[in-house]
Amino acid sequence: MSDPATRLTALGALASRSSQHQHPPVDRPVKIHAESLNFSYGSTRALTDISIRIHPNVVTAFIGPSGCGKSTFLRTLNRMNDIIPGTRVEGKVLIDGTDIYGPGIDVVALRRRVGMVFQKSNPFPKSIFDNIAYGLRINGMAGTRSELAERVEESLRQAALWDEVKDRLQTSALAMSGGQQQRLCIARALAVRPDILLMDEPASALDPIATQRIEELVYDLKKTYTIVIVTHNMQQAARVSDFTAFFWLGRLVEYDRTDKMFTAPAEKVTEDYVTGRFG
Amino acid sequence: MERVVRHFQEELEALQARLLEMGGLAEERVRAAVQGLVTRDTAAIERVIRGDEPINELHIEVDSRCFTLLALYQPMATDLRSIVAAVKINTDLERVGDLAVNIAEAAQRYINHPPVKKLIDIPQMGEIAQLMLRDSLDAFVQRDTTLAKQVLSEDDRLDSLKTLVFRDLLACMLEDGTIVEPALDLILISRHLERIGDHATNIAEDVIFMVSALDVRHLPPAEPTE
Repeated sequence: MSDPATRLTALGALASRSSQHQHPPVDRPVKIHAESLNFSYGSTRALTDISIRIHPNVVTAFIGPSGCGKSTFLRTLNRMNDIIPGTRVEGKVLIDGTDIYGPGIDVVALRRRVGMVFQKSNPFPKSIFDNIAYGLRINGMAGTRSELAERVEESLRQAALWDEVKDRLQTSALAMSGGQQQRLCIARALAVRPDILLMDEPASALDPIATQRIEELVYDLKKTYTIVIVTHNMQQAARVSDFTAFFWLGRLVEYDRTDKMFTAPAEKVTEDYVTGRFG
Repeated sequence: MERVVRHFQEELEALQARLLEMGGLAEERVRAAVQGLVTRDTAAIERVIRGDEPINELHIEVDSRCFTLLALYQPMATDLRSIVAAVKINTDLERVGDLAVNIAEAAQRYINHPPVKKLIDIPQMGEIAQLMLRDSLDAFVQRDTTLAKQVLSEDDRLDSLKTLVFRDLLACMLEDGTIVEPALDLILISRHLERIGDHATNIAEDVIFMVSALDVRHLPPAEPTE
């Protein structure tokens, strides 16, 4: 053990250094870059001045109390809010350097690249096979019958569902369990080969076993995809994500490595939220 | 949510109270062992040797409380750091209790011999070790990093005194070969007291981590400043 005086000097240096580490290192590659993003529903401001760099092939979790804007922000990343009348966006969202709110952006193509899974699973009232094949067919990606079958199998395998459903692909998706339906929705999103997957509380309606399967799936999928997940479950954010962003009152309060956010957050309000003292 | 937090807070306070109780017992046993040595009081020394049970029971209870809190509440941030600190402090305090027994055992052997010399440095080491323990636990309860840092500086004094005692007794032994056995026991006692200071230092380091999330253990020596 070195002498106390020198340790205390180093302690001071450490303290001043740590205050510069409130954000993840910027030298990592960036997949999604929001810049000074404001968002309003009519006259109600929902997001204020959001700037964030989201990195590829990692899981980024958005946490925060209800109404903090985390789901709204998630939905700006594939322009899902466009379908709500009276909304207004200012600022930029760059994906691989291209502003998705810029002129000439094909929103359908954007949503193919940036897939989304919702809180409540929403399979079509069709067979398991047709649920996966649907997006491929409407996007003209179906190919030959055997190519389509291959693609369906590949998507179901990626979503860790193949072994459970391979013998009943023609049965109704609505007959599956809640957890299976949610994985089917993930498989459906993966079928059109997106490179970003947005997940809005994907496991909040599921039992612990089904939740665990979704979490394992998220862990496997990040090798191939950039994943952004909104969750109310702090332990889930801590388990599955590499980076965590804390939103509060429509602002991004703190964004850092997940281990840092849950063991030693820099902001008092983050600390209060993750320790359950409000929200 | 609020109700759960309040319950958790109460549990955390109960955990702290147990640790303090343990700290108080450990400190008292160190005091009693050194006092027994100085006054050559066989009965007092015997009580320290036989009286380790309450600390051992608290050791198990505190571990079990930490375990339950971690399992039931999955605490985060400062709460998580507090419980991890409690687990470590618990181990340190139990070791201090054991060291008090070690001191008493050496004292028991020592008082079978005529005194080697007048005891000055060892009682002083005992006082510093007790003070470090008390301050580190006060720092824990009050979340006081300034006091914790003070404990870290105190450790140097204890180390110097141990070196002094060792040199002093070595000289005595070289002079008079018949006192080797009791002199070695005094050296052992000074070593045990120095170890108690190390445990208090560990506690102080844990307090700094708990409060400010800074890990100050094993920091490399800083570059000398102009």
